[in-house]
Amino acid sequence: MADPMRIRANMTGDKVEVKALMAHEMETGLRKDAKGNLVPSHFIRNVTVTHGGKTVLSAQWGTSISKNPFMHFRFKGGKPGEKVTISWIDNKGDKRTDEATIASGS
Amino acid sequence: MDAKRREVLKTGGGVLALAAAAGILKPGEGLAQEWNKAAFDTRSVSDTIKALGGSGSSPSGAIEITAPDIAENGAVVPVAVESKLPRTQAIAILIEKNPNTLSAEFEIPAGTDPFVSTRVKMAETSNVYALVIADGKYFHAVKEIKVTIGGCGG
Repeated sequence: MADPMRIRANMTGDKVEVKALMAHEMETGLRKDAKGNLVPSHFIRNVTVTHGGKTVLSAQWGTSISKNPFMHFRFKGGKPGEKVTISWIDNKGDKRTDEATIASGS
Repeated sequence: MDAKRREVLKTGGGVLALAAAAGILKPGEGLAQEWNKAAFDTRSVSDTIKALGGSGSSPSGAIEITAPDIAENGAVVPVAVESKLPRTQAIAILIEKNPNTLSAEFEIPAGTDPFVSTRVKMAETSNVYALVIADGKYFHAVKEIKVTIGGCGG
């Protein structure tokens, strides 16, 4: 099981600003190890963000997203105290779901 | 007892299949999710656009790419895309000279800003395209990012 994501969800005006950092190797399948063997690809393929049962962002990723992926976006309709849930699944079927509570922001 | 467990598992599967058949569970939700392999396998901008369902795309000044002009480390290049096109449905990031062109595709439902920011790997200096699907049409903006150290090296 992968390490937990770090998720921040803050109100900015009437929108929820979401920033997420996931822990993942994001191996391209093109890299060679010290012995010259190809390291098999291992990367997150799907990311889904939900709020109140509704999908607010869904993404498909390839191997060229950086290691320990970062993602930032904004959506309307959230209130402080409510939850934002992010799930990912990679090409080996590993998955992870984490949630954050929307903060009132500054 | 073991036989009973098998029975329960079987019935469980049946219920899921029924739910899928009834359209309660849409494909891509809950179980394995959809991943457009054909699009992620493409090796040129025009092929990627085709694999994403477009026949071509028009340049647009309403798409803004925020990224450095020079990336010192190709393994971590911050790229943000903002679209001012009405009814933006999806934003994709394409890196022309990477081994595979398509980096990411984000689907933007109503209520979500047509804005995404992430970090990508770049093998070498390349044009980076932001492809936006808005109201069923395909638009793009392009920005060259110079890379001093590649990010896909071995």
